[in-house]
Amino acid sequence: MDARQLYEMLRKVQEPKGYYFNEDMDMTMPLLESLLTNKERLGYMACPCRLANGEFEADKDIVCPCTYREDDVKEYGACFCALYVSKEYNDGTIEKQVVPERRPPEKILF
Amino acid sequence: MPETEAPAKPFDMEAFHMNDIKVYALSTCIHCRNAKKYLDECGVKYECVHVDELTGDERKKIVQEVKEHNPAVSFPTIVIRDKVVVGFHKDQIDEALKED
Repeated sequence: MDARQLYEMLRKVQEPKGYYFNEDMDMTMPLLESLLTNKERLGYMACPCRLANGEFEADKDIVCPCTYREDDVKEYGACFCALYVSKEYNDGTIEKQVVPERRPPEKILF
Repeated sequence: MPETEAPAKPFDMEAFHMNDIKVYALSTCIHCRNAKKYLDECGVKYECVHVDELTGDERKKIVQEVKEHNPAVSFPTIVIRDKVVVGFHKDQIDEALKED
């Protein structure tokens, strides 16, 4: 699978839930490629912008879409990576800001 | 993300040495990639560690190092002399580069 195929596959599932891909393709495509890199490296699509432990059980919270996405998109209009965003984020009606890390550092084990 | 624009030399590039700027990054992270690109555009030299590519004791040591600068252990963590910039914030990078 390549990033474009992953894009189409996930878009169909996520858009009806209210999560849109960042329309800035210079962000979205490298992030999707990184998800595929992590799938190859780790066996699962760990968040590309977080330090994965390398064991599925220890990384369950950051398997994309991560458990922090809902709160981040609600509060900032974007997830930590800015891969998934709200409609308002893409429309430019909310300010784009850097999303602070919500994952507790204790989750980093290795 | 707006297009990256390097600041118009508000600082003395030559005054920065490789050891002055350290970037803790992940090889897969887009914010890390953009931050490094911006530092490149600024013309400064820096040392970059890809923490996700480390294993064992080396990884433990570096994670501890990141924690001391940024307790959230998030990336990029950019240390510019005694200033720490967490995440890709151009304005904060510019500010940190300007200081003596």
